[in-house]
Amino acid sequence: MARRLIAGSFAILLFVSCAGAGTRGSDRVEVLVAAASSLTDAFRDIEAAFEEAHPGIDVVLNLGGSSLLREQILARAPVDAFAPANVAIMEEVRAAGLVSGSARVFARNTMTIAVPAGNPGGVTGLDDLARPELLVGLCAETVPCGRFTRQILLKAGVTARPDTEEPNVRALLTKVERGELDTGIVYATDVRGADGVIAIAIPEVYNVTTDYPVAIMSGTSHPEAATAFVAYVLSDEGRVLLGRHGFELP
Amino acid sequence: MTEDHQDSIGTSRRSGSRFRPARRPPAFIAVPAAIGLALFALPVLGLLGRAPWSRLATLLGSDMALEALRLSAISSVSAAIISLFLGVPVAWILCRYEFPGRSLVRGLVLLPMVLPPVVGGAALLFALGRRGLVGSPLYEATGIVLPFSTGGVILAGVFVAMPLMVLTVEGALRGLDHRFERAAETLGAGRWTVLRRVTIPMIAPSVVAGIALTWARALGEFGATLTFAGNLQGRTQTLPLAVFVALESDRDTALALSLVMVVVSLAVIVALRDHWWRNG
Repeated sequence: MARRLIAGSFAILLFVSCAGAGTRGSDRVEVLVAAASSLTDAFRDIEAAFEEAHPGIDVVLNLGGSSLLREQILARAPVDAFAPANVAIMEEVRAAGLVSGSARVFARNTMTIAVPAGNPGGVTGLDDLARPELLVGLCAETVPCGRFTRQILLKAGVTARPDTEEPNVRALLTKVERGELDTGIVYATDVRGADGVIAIAIPEVYNVTTDYPVAIMSGTSHPEAATAFVAYVLSDEGRVLLGRHGFELP
Repeated sequence: MTEDHQDSIGTSRRSGSRFRPARRPPAFIAVPAAIGLALFALPVLGLLGRAPWSRLATLLGSDMALEALRLSAISSVSAAIISLFLGVPVAWILCRYEFPGRSLVRGLVLLPMVLPPVVGGAALLFALGRRGLVGSPLYEATGIVLPFSTGGVILAGVFVAMPLMVLTVEGALRGLDHRFERAAETLGAGRWTVLRRVTIPMIAPSVVAGIALTWARALGEFGATLTFAGNLQGRTQTLPLAVFVALESDRDTALALSLVMVVVSLAVIVALRDHWWRNG
Protein backbone atom coordinates (compact mmCIF):
# COMPACT_ATOMS: atom_id res chain seq x y z
CA MET A 1 0.00 0.00 0.00
CA ALA A 2 2.64 2.48 1.14
CA ARG A 3 5.01 1.36 -1.59
CA ARG A 4 2.37 1.80 -4.25
CA LEU A 5 1.61 5.26 -2.87
CA ILE A 6 5.27 6.26 -3.08
CA ALA A 7 5.66 4.82 -6.57
CA GLY A 8 2.51 6.65 -7.62
CA SER A 9 3.74 9.96 -6.25
CA PHE A 10 7.03 9.62 -8.04
CA ALA A 11 5.28 8.74 -11.28
CA ILE A 12 3.14 11.86 -10.99
CA LEU A 13 6.17 14.03 -10.19
CA LEU A 14 8.07 12.58 -13.13
CA PHE A 15 5.13 13.09 -15.46
CA VAL A 16 4.59 16.69 -14.35
CA SER A 17 8.26 17.59 -14.68
CA CYS A 18 8.49 15.99 -18.13
CA ALA A 19 5.33 17.75 -19.25
CA GLY A 20 6.72 21.03 -17.93
CA ALA A 21 9.99 20.50 -19.75
CA GLY A 22 8.11 19.65 -22.93
CA THR A 23 6.24 22.93 -23.11
CA ARG A 24 9.37 24.95 -22.39
CA GLY A 25 11.64 23.46 -24.99
CA SER A 26 15.30 23.13 -24.23
CA ASP A 27 16.63 25.31 -27.07
CA ARG A 28 15.35 28.58 -25.62
CA VAL A 29 17.85 31.09 -24.27
CA GLU A 30 17.29 31.72 -20.59
CA VAL A 31 17.49 35.29 -19.29
CA LEU A 32 17.60 35.65 -15.52
CA VAL A 33 16.10 38.94 -14.39
CA ALA A 34 16.48 40.01 -10.75
CA ALA A 35 13.70 42.48 -9.94
CA ALA A 36 12.38 44.26 -6.85
CA SER A 37 9.41 42.70 -5.03
CA SER A 38 7.28 45.73 -5.88
CA LEU A 39 7.68 44.92 -9.58
CA THR A 40 6.22 41.41 -9.14
CA ASP A 41 2.92 41.83 -10.98
CA ALA A 42 4.14 44.27 -13.63
CA PHE A 43 7.16 42.14 -14.52
CA ARG A 44 5.09 38.97 -14.70
CA ASP A 45 2.96 40.69 -17.34
CA ILE A 46 6.02 42.00 -19.13
CA GLU A 47 7.57 38.52 -19.04
CA ALA A 48 4.51 36.99 -20.68
CA ALA A 49 4.25 39.69 -23.37
CA PHE A 50 7.98 39.64 -24.06
CA GLU A 51 8.12 35.85 -24.41
CA GLU A 52 5.25 36.00 -26.85
CA ALA A 53 7.17 38.52 -28.94
CA HIS A 54 10.47 36.60 -28.56
CA PRO A 55 9.64 32.86 -28.62
CA GLY A 56 13.33 31.96 -28.48
CA ILE A 57 13.88 33.60 -25.09
CA ASP A 58 12.76 32.31 -21.72
CA VAL A 59 12.66 35.03 -19.06
CA VAL A 60 13.18 33.77 -15.52
CA LEU A 61 12.27 36.26 -12.82
CA ASN A 62 14.02 36.35 -9.46
CA LEU A 63 11.80 38.63 -7.39
CA GLY A 64 12.87 39.74 -3.92
CA GLY A 65 13.86 42.59 -1.67
CA SER A 66 16.22 44.83 -3.67
CA SER A 67 19.01 44.61 -1.13
CA LEU A 68 18.84 40.80 -1.02
CA LEU A 69 19.08 40.78 -4.82
CA ARG A 70 22.04 43.18 -4.60
CA GLU A 71 23.79 40.75 -2.22
CA GLN A 72 23.18 37.89 -4.63
CA ILE A 73 24.58 39.90 -7.52
CA LEU A 74 27.59 41.04 -5.49
CA ALA A 75 28.19 37.36 -4.73
CA ARG A 76 28.30 36.87 -8.52
CA ALA A 77 24.91 35.23 -9.00
CA PRO A 78 24.45 34.62 -12.76
CA VAL A 79 22.01 37.50 -13.26
CA ASP A 80 21.51 38.91 -16.76
CA ALA A 81 19.46 42.02 -15.95
CA PHE A 82 18.69 43.85 -12.72
CA ALA A 83 15.80 46.14 -11.78
CA PRO A 84 15.96 47.29 -8.13
CA ALA A 85 13.51 49.68 -6.46
CA ASN A 86 16.14 52.33 -5.95
CA VAL A 87 18.91 54.03 -7.92
CA ALA A 88 21.35 53.88 -4.99
CA ILE A 89 21.30 50.09 -5.02
CA MET A 90 22.08 50.04 -8.72
CA GLU A 91 24.97 52.42 -8.04
CA GLU A 92 26.43 49.98 -5.49
CA VAL A 93 26.33 47.22 -8.08
CA ARG A 94 27.90 49.56 -10.62
CA ALA A 95 30.65 50.47 -8.14
CA ALA A 96 31.52 46.76 -7.98
CA GLY A 97 31.97 46.86 -11.75
CA LEU A 98 29.03 44.57 -12.45
CA VAL A 99 26.87 46.85 -14.61
CA SER A 100 27.29 46.69 -18.35
CA GLY A 101 26.48 49.94 -20.18
CA SER A 102 24.19 52.44 -18.52
CA ALA A 103 21.27 52.06 -16.16
CA ARG A 104 18.00 53.65 -17.34
CA VAL A 105 15.10 54.71 -15.16
CA PHE A 106 11.94 53.06 -16.49
CA ALA A 107 9.33 53.64 -13.78
CA ARG A 108 8.49 55.71 -10.72
CA ASN A 109 6.53 54.87 -7.62
CA THR A 110 5.28 56.55 -4.45
CA MET A 111 4.30 55.20 -1.05
CA THR A 112 0.87 54.81 0.52
CA ILE A 113 -0.69 53.66 3.78
CA ALA A 114 -2.39 50.28 3.36
CA VAL A 115 -5.19 48.93 5.54
CA PRO A 116 -7.21 45.72 5.23
CA ALA A 117 -10.72 45.89 3.72
CA GLY A 118 -13.10 47.48 6.20
CA ASN A 119 -10.23 49.33 7.89
CA PRO A 120 -10.74 47.61 11.29
CA GLY A 121 -8.19 49.86 12.99
CA GLY A 122 -9.91 53.06 11.85
CA VAL A 123 -6.70 54.36 10.31
CA THR A 124 -6.95 57.82 8.73
CA GLY A 125 -3.35 59.00 8.36
CA LEU A 126 0.30 58.68 9.32
CA ASP A 127 -0.40 59.59 12.98
CA ASP A 128 -2.23 56.28 13.43
CA LEU A 129 1.03 54.39 12.95
CA ALA A 130 2.00 55.57 16.44
CA ARG A 131 -1.10 54.11 18.11
CA PRO A 132 0.08 51.33 20.44
CA GLU A 133 -3.15 49.30 20.26
CA LEU A 134 -2.86 48.79 16.50
CA LEU A 135 -0.81 46.04 14.87
CA VAL A 136 1.54 48.01 12.65
CA GLY A 137 3.96 46.57 10.10
CA LEU A 138 6.75 48.37 8.30
CA CYS A 139 9.33 47.26 5.77
CA ALA A 140 12.72 46.58 7.37
CA GLU A 141 15.09 49.53 7.14
CA THR A 142 17.46 47.48 5.00
CA VAL A 143 15.15 47.43 1.95
CA PRO A 144 14.27 50.56 -0.08
CA CYS A 145 10.62 50.40 0.94
CA GLY A 146 11.69 50.55 4.59
CA ARG A 147 14.08 53.41 3.97
CA PHE A 148 11.39 55.46 2.21
CA THR A 149 8.95 54.69 5.02
CA ARG A 150 11.36 56.08 7.59
CA GLN A 151 12.01 59.19 5.48
CA ILE A 152 8.26 59.80 5.34
CA LEU A 153 7.76 59.24 9.07
CA LEU A 154 10.69 61.54 9.82
CA LYS A 155 9.29 64.30 7.63
CA ALA A 156 5.85 63.91 9.21
CA GLY A 157 7.33 63.82 12.71
CA VAL A 158 5.62 60.51 13.54
CA THR A 159 7.27 57.92 15.77
CA ALA A 160 5.74 54.67 14.52
CA ARG A 161 5.36 51.68 16.84
CA PRO A 162 5.86 48.73 14.51
CA ASP A 163 5.01 45.19 15.58
CA THR A 164 7.03 43.71 12.76
CA GLU A 165 9.64 44.81 10.24
CA GLU A 166 9.13 42.69 7.15
CA PRO A 167 12.10 41.93 4.90
CA ASN A 168 10.22 42.72 1.71
CA VAL A 169 7.15 44.68 0.74
CA ARG A 170 5.19 41.68 -0.52
CA ALA A 171 5.40 39.95 2.85
CA LEU A 172 4.11 43.11 4.52
CA LEU A 173 1.31 43.53 2.01
CA THR A 174 0.17 39.92 2.46
CA LYS A 175 -0.11 40.37 6.21
CA VAL A 176 -2.14 43.57 5.82
CA GLU A 177 -4.30 41.89 3.19
CA ARG A 178 -4.96 38.97 5.56
CA GLY A 179 -5.99 41.39 8.29
CA GLU A 180 -3.20 40.16 10.56
CA LEU A 181 -1.86 43.72 10.60
CA ASP A 182 -4.03 46.80 10.94
CA THR A 183 -1.83 48.98 8.77
CA GLY A 184 1.50 49.34 7.01
CA ILE A 185 3.27 51.55 4.49
CA VAL A 186 3.74 50.02 1.04
CA TYR A 187 4.21 51.14 -2.56
CA ALA A 188 1.21 52.78 -4.20
CA THR A 189 1.37 50.15 -6.95
CA ASP A 190 1.08 47.30 -4.45
CA VAL A 191 -2.33 48.37 -3.24
CA ARG A 192 -3.57 48.73 -6.78
CA GLY A 193 -2.89 45.08 -7.46
CA ALA A 194 -4.29 43.74 -4.18
CA ASP A 195 -7.93 42.88 -3.55
CA GLY A 196 -8.39 43.04 0.19
CA VAL A 197 -6.42 46.24 0.73
CA ILE A 198 -7.44 49.89 0.79
CA ALA A 199 -5.01 52.77 0.25
CA ILE A 200 -4.98 55.82 2.45
CA ALA A 201 -2.99 58.54 0.71
CA ILE A 202 0.09 60.04 2.29
CA PRO A 203 0.13 63.85 1.89
CA GLU A 204 2.41 64.85 -0.97
CA VAL A 205 4.61 67.01 1.28
CA TYR A 206 5.67 63.94 3.26
CA ASN A 207 5.65 61.35 0.48
CA VAL A 208 8.72 60.22 -1.45
CA THR A 209 9.12 59.17 -5.05
CA THR A 210 11.43 56.34 -6.05
CA ASP A 211 12.98 55.65 -9.42
CA TYR A 212 13.34 52.11 -10.77
CA PRO A 213 16.48 51.68 -12.87
CA VAL A 214 17.15 48.71 -15.11
CA ALA A 215 20.53 47.59 -16.47
CA ILE A 216 22.28 44.66 -18.07
CA MET A 217 24.81 42.92 -15.85
CA SER A 218 28.37 42.67 -17.11
CA GLY A 219 28.47 38.97 -16.20
CA THR A 220 25.60 38.07 -18.55
CA SER A 221 26.11 35.04 -20.72
CA HIS A 222 23.29 36.10 -23.09
CA PRO A 223 23.94 39.81 -23.78
CA GLU A 224 21.65 39.93 -26.82
CA ALA A 225 18.67 38.39 -25.08
CA ALA A 226 19.26 40.56 -22.00
CA THR A 227 19.45 43.67 -24.20
CA ALA A 228 16.20 42.70 -25.89
CA PHE A 229 14.47 42.33 -22.52
CA VAL A 230 15.72 45.67 -21.19
CA ALA A 231 14.69 47.33 -24.45
CA TYR A 232 11.23 45.83 -24.08
CA VAL A 233 10.89 47.18 -20.52
CA LEU A 234 11.75 50.66 -21.86
CA SER A 235 9.55 50.31 -24.97
CA ASP A 236 6.02 51.62 -25.43
CA GLU A 237 4.61 48.11 -24.88
CA GLY A 238 6.53 47.86 -21.61
CA ARG A 239 5.37 51.31 -20.54
CA VAL A 240 1.73 50.41 -21.15
CA LEU A 241 2.05 47.35 -18.91
CA LEU A 242 3.87 49.31 -16.18
CA GLY A 243 1.26 52.08 -16.36
CA ARG A 244 -1.50 49.51 -16.01
CA HIS A 245 0.00 48.48 -12.68
CA GLY A 246 0.04 52.03 -11.39
CA PHE A 247 3.65 52.98 -12.04
CA GLU A 248 4.39 56.54 -13.06
CA LEU A 249 6.46 56.75 -16.21
CA PRO A 250 9.53 58.97 -16.64
CA MET B 1 40.27 7.54 16.40
CA THR B 2 41.15 4.09 17.76
CA GLU B 3 38.58 4.50 20.48
CA ASP B 4 35.93 5.11 17.88
CA HIS B 5 36.84 1.95 16.04
CA GLN B 6 36.74 -0.15 19.14
CA ASP B 7 33.42 1.33 20.04
CA SER B 8 31.82 0.50 16.74
CA ILE B 9 33.14 -3.04 16.96
CA GLY B 10 31.65 -3.31 20.42
CA THR B 11 28.31 -2.04 19.20
CA SER B 12 28.12 -4.37 16.26
CA ARG B 13 29.08 -7.33 18.37
CA ARG B 14 26.28 -6.55 20.73
CA SER B 15 23.77 -6.58 17.91
CA GLY B 16 25.12 -9.97 16.84
CA SER B 17 26.66 -9.00 13.50
CA ARG B 18 29.99 -10.35 12.32
CA PHE B 19 30.93 -7.05 10.68
CA ARG B 20 34.50 -5.84 11.21
CA PRO B 21 35.56 -2.44 9.95
CA ALA B 22 38.05 -2.64 7.07
CA ARG B 23 41.22 -0.57 7.21
CA ARG B 24 40.46 1.49 4.15
CA PRO B 25 37.11 1.97 2.37
CA PRO B 26 36.92 1.03 -1.34
CA ALA B 27 36.97 3.91 -3.83
CA PHE B 28 33.30 3.58 -4.77
CA ILE B 29 32.47 4.44 -1.17
CA ALA B 30 35.34 6.78 -0.33
CA VAL B 31 34.84 9.13 -3.28
CA PRO B 32 31.13 9.89 -2.85
CA ALA B 33 31.67 10.02 0.92
CA ALA B 34 34.42 12.59 0.49
CA ILE B 35 32.23 14.69 -1.81
CA GLY B 36 29.38 14.41 0.67
CA LEU B 37 31.58 15.50 3.56
CA ALA B 38 33.01 18.37 1.53
CA LEU B 39 29.47 19.56 0.96
CA PHE B 40 29.05 19.84 4.73
CA ALA B 41 32.48 21.24 5.47
CA LEU B 42 32.92 23.81 2.71
CA PRO B 43 30.15 26.23 3.78
CA VAL B 44 31.47 26.16 7.35
CA LEU B 45 34.98 26.85 6.08
CA GLY B 46 33.63 29.68 3.95
CA LEU B 47 32.03 31.18 7.02
CA LEU B 48 35.20 30.80 9.10
CA GLY B 49 37.29 32.35 6.35
CA ARG B 50 35.13 35.47 6.11
CA ALA B 51 34.42 35.88 9.82
CA PRO B 52 35.44 39.25 11.32
CA TRP B 53 37.58 37.67 14.06
CA SER B 54 39.17 40.85 15.42
CA ARG B 55 35.86 42.68 15.87
CA LEU B 56 33.89 39.68 17.09
CA ALA B 57 33.39 40.90 20.66
CA THR B 58 32.26 44.38 19.57
CA LEU B 59 29.88 42.99 16.95
CA LEU B 60 28.30 40.50 19.34
CA GLY B 61 27.96 43.23 21.98
CA SER B 62 25.59 45.30 19.86
CA ASP B 63 21.97 45.68 20.99
CA MET B 64 20.69 43.82 17.96
CA ALA B 65 23.04 40.87 18.54
CA LEU B 66 22.45 40.66 22.29
CA GLU B 67 18.68 40.82 21.97
CA ALA B 68 18.70 38.21 19.21
CA LEU B 69 20.89 35.93 21.34
CA ARG B 70 18.61 36.33 24.35
CA LEU B 71 15.45 35.77 22.33
CA SER B 72 16.86 32.74 20.55
CA ALA B 73 17.96 31.19 23.84
CA ILE B 74 14.52 31.69 25.40
CA SER B 75 12.46 30.62 22.42
CA SER B 76 14.51 27.56 21.41
CA VAL B 77 14.66 26.19 24.98
CA SER B 78 10.93 26.81 25.44
CA ALA B 79 10.16 25.11 22.14
CA ALA B 80 12.26 22.08 23.16
CA ILE B 81 10.51 21.82 26.55
CA ILE B 82 7.03 22.09 25.03
CA SER B 83 8.00 19.53 22.38
CA LEU B 84 9.07 17.21 25.20
CA PHE B 85 5.77 17.40 27.06
CA LEU B 86 3.61 17.15 23.95
CA GLY B 87 5.82 15.07 21.65
CA VAL B 88 6.54 12.13 23.98
CA PRO B 89 2.81 11.42 24.54
CA VAL B 90 2.22 11.67 20.78
CA ALA B 91 5.03 9.15 20.17
CA TRP B 92 3.55 6.94 22.88
CA ILE B 93 0.13 6.88 21.29
CA LEU B 94 1.50 6.32 17.79
CA CYS B 95 3.59 3.39 19.00
CA ARG B 96 1.41 1.66 21.58
CA TYR B 97 -2.16 2.05 20.41
CA GLU B 98 -3.97 0.75 17.35
CA PHE B 99 -6.53 3.10 15.92
CA PRO B 100 -7.98 3.72 12.46
CA GLY B 101 -5.97 6.14 10.35
CA ARG B 102 -2.84 5.77 12.45
CA SER B 103 -0.49 5.97 9.47
CA LEU B 104 -2.29 9.09 8.31
CA VAL B 105 -1.81 10.66 11.75
CA ARG B 106 1.87 9.72 11.67
CA GLY B 107 2.18 11.38 8.28
CA LEU B 108 0.49 14.49 9.66
CA VAL B 109 2.95 14.62 12.55
CA LEU B 110 5.93 14.40 10.22
CA LEU B 111 4.53 16.88 7.70
CA PRO B 112 6.32 19.93 9.20
CA MET B 113 9.64 18.21 8.44
CA VAL B 114 9.05 18.11 4.71
CA LEU B 115 6.88 21.19 4.32
CA PRO B 116 8.80 24.35 3.41
CA PRO B 117 8.88 26.31 6.68
CA VAL B 118 7.38 29.35 4.94
CA VAL B 119 4.35 27.26 4.04
CA GLY B 120 4.21 26.05 7.64
CA GLY B 121 4.28 29.66 8.81
CA ALA B 122 1.48 30.63 6.45
CA ALA B 123 -0.55 27.61 7.61
CA LEU B 124 -0.02 28.69 11.22
CA LEU B 125 -1.20 32.17 10.28
CA PHE B 126 -4.35 30.77 8.66
CA ALA B 127 -5.04 28.69 11.77
CA LEU B 128 -3.84 30.83 14.66
CA GLY B 129 -3.59 34.34 13.21
CA ARG B 130 -5.92 37.08 14.37
CA ARG B 131 -8.24 36.25 11.47
CA GLY B 132 -7.46 32.52 11.61
CA LEU B 133 -9.64 29.48 12.19
CA VAL B 134 -8.80 29.20 15.89
CA GLY B 135 -6.99 32.50 16.31
CA SER B 136 -10.04 34.58 15.54
CA PRO B 137 -12.30 33.19 18.33
CA LEU B 138 -9.27 33.22 20.63
CA TYR B 139 -8.76 36.91 19.91
CA GLU B 140 -12.46 37.71 20.36
CA ALA B 141 -12.58 35.90 23.69
CA THR B 142 -9.27 36.84 25.26
CA GLY B 143 -7.63 39.55 23.16
CA ILE B 144 -4.58 37.29 22.72
CA VAL B 145 -2.74 37.76 19.42
CA LEU B 146 -0.13 35.07 18.74
CA PRO B 147 1.50 36.44 15.58
CA PHE B 148 4.09 39.17 16.13
CA SER B 149 4.70 37.97 19.70
CA THR B 150 7.45 35.94 21.37
CA GLY B 151 4.78 33.29 21.98
CA GLY B 152 4.36 33.10 18.23
CA VAL B 153 8.11 32.50 17.80
CA ILE B 154 7.96 29.62 20.29
CA LEU B 155 4.88 28.18 18.59
CA ALA B 156 6.58 28.25 15.19
CA GLY B 157 9.59 26.52 16.78
CA VAL B 158 7.42 23.79 18.30
CA PHE B 159 5.62 23.28 15.00
CA VAL B 160 8.77 22.67 12.97
CA ALA B 161 10.83 20.92 15.66
CA MET B 162 8.42 18.58 17.48
CA PRO B 163 8.39 15.95 14.69
CA LEU B 164 12.03 15.23 15.57
CA MET B 165 11.02 14.47 19.15
CA VAL B 166 8.15 12.22 18.06
CA LEU B 167 10.36 10.41 15.56
CA THR B 168 13.21 9.81 18.01
CA VAL B 169 11.05 8.69 20.91
CA GLU B 170 8.75 6.53 18.80
CA GLY B 171 11.79 4.74 17.44
CA ALA B 172 13.03 4.08 20.96
CA LEU B 173 9.65 2.82 22.14
CA ARG B 174 9.39 0.53 19.14
CA GLY B 175 12.83 -0.95 19.79
CA LEU B 176 12.06 -1.50 23.46
CA ASP B 177 12.03 -5.06 24.73
CA HIS B 178 8.54 -5.45 26.20
CA ARG B 179 9.66 -8.33 28.39
CA PHE B 180 11.20 -5.89 30.87
CA GLU B 181 7.90 -4.11 31.36
CA ARG B 182 6.00 -7.39 31.56
CA ALA B 183 8.46 -8.74 34.09
CA ALA B 184 7.97 -5.67 36.26
CA GLU B 185 4.21 -6.12 36.03
CA THR B 186 4.37 -9.79 37.07
CA LEU B 187 6.49 -8.71 40.01
CA GLY B 188 3.57 -6.58 41.14
CA ALA B 189 4.50 -3.12 39.85
CA GLY B 190 1.58 -0.85 38.95
CA ARG B 191 1.31 0.95 35.60
CA TRP B 192 2.77 4.14 37.00
CA THR B 193 5.71 2.35 38.62
CA VAL B 194 6.47 0.43 35.42
CA LEU B 195 6.43 3.68 33.50
CA ARG B 196 8.60 5.52 35.99
CA ARG B 197 11.08 2.79 36.89
CA VAL B 198 11.33 0.76 33.67
CA THR B 199 10.04 2.42 30.51
CA ILE B 200 11.24 5.99 31.02
CA PRO B 201 14.78 5.02 32.09
CA MET B 202 15.04 2.74 29.06
CA ILE B 203 14.01 5.39 26.55
CA ALA B 204 15.77 8.24 28.38
CA PRO B 205 18.78 8.40 26.02
CA SER B 206 16.47 8.83 23.04
CA VAL B 207 14.40 11.42 24.86
CA VAL B 208 17.57 13.41 25.56
CA ALA B 209 18.63 13.07 21.93
CA GLY B 210 15.13 14.21 20.97
CA ILE B 211 15.42 17.27 23.21
CA ALA B 212 18.75 18.18 21.61
CA LEU B 213 17.45 17.74 18.07
CA THR B 214 14.28 19.76 18.68
CA TRP B 215 16.28 22.46 20.39
CA ALA B 216 18.77 22.69 17.52
CA ARG B 217 15.99 22.72 14.94
CA ALA B 218 14.09 25.43 16.85
CA LEU B 219 17.29 27.48 17.19
CA GLY B 220 17.79 27.44 13.43
CA GLU B 221 14.14 28.03 12.58
CA PHE B 222 13.65 30.88 10.13
CA GLY B 223 10.88 30.62 7.54
CA ALA B 224 7.93 29.78 9.74
CA THR B 225 9.05 32.32 12.34
CA LEU B 226 9.31 35.14 9.82
CA THR B 227 5.99 34.30 8.20
CA PHE B 228 4.03 33.69 11.38
CA ALA B 229 5.72 35.85 14.00
CA GLY B 230 7.25 38.60 11.88
CA ASN B 231 10.50 40.35 12.62
CA LEU B 232 10.92 42.87 15.45
CA GLN B 233 14.10 43.38 17.41
CA GLY B 234 13.71 42.23 21.02
CA ARG B 235 10.32 40.59 20.48
CA THR B 236 10.46 38.22 17.51
CA GLN B 237 13.87 38.79 15.90
CA THR B 238 15.74 35.57 16.67
CA LEU B 239 19.31 34.84 15.58
CA PRO B 240 18.45 33.53 12.11
CA LEU B 241 16.21 36.53 11.44
CA ALA B 242 18.87 38.93 12.71
CA VAL B 243 21.39 37.25 10.40
CA PHE B 244 19.01 37.58 7.46
CA VAL B 245 18.34 41.27 8.09
CA ALA B 246 21.96 42.10 8.90
CA LEU B 247 23.22 40.27 5.80
CA GLU B 248 21.74 43.11 3.76
CA SER B 249 23.12 45.99 5.80
CA ASP B 250 25.87 44.90 8.16
CA ARG B 251 27.54 41.79 6.85
CA ASP B 252 30.10 41.54 9.66
CA THR B 253 27.40 41.35 12.32
CA ALA B 254 25.61 38.73 10.23
CA LEU B 255 28.79 36.67 10.01
CA ALA B 256 29.50 37.02 13.73
CA LEU B 257 25.97 35.84 14.59
CA SER B 258 26.24 32.96 12.13
CA LEU B 259 29.48 31.94 13.77
CA VAL B 260 27.77 31.82 17.17
CA MET B 261 25.07 29.57 15.75
CA VAL B 262 27.60 27.22 14.14
CA VAL B 263 29.70 26.94 17.29
CA VAL B 264 26.80 26.47 19.71
CA SER B 265 24.95 23.95 17.54
CA LEU B 266 28.07 21.96 16.76
CA ALA B 267 29.10 21.88 20.43
CA VAL B 268 25.73 20.55 21.53
CA ILE B 269 25.50 17.96 18.78
CA VAL B 270 29.06 16.68 19.30
CA ALA B 271 28.64 16.54 23.08
CA LEU B 272 25.41 14.60 22.69
CA ARG B 273 26.85 12.16 20.26
CA ASP B 274 29.53 11.27 22.78
CA HIS B 275 27.32 11.08 25.82
CA TRP B 276 24.05 9.59 24.76
CA TRP B 277 23.88 8.37 21.22
CA ARG B 278 26.74 5.97 21.63
CA ASN B 279 24.71 3.81 23.98
CA GLY B 280 21.32 4.67 22.54
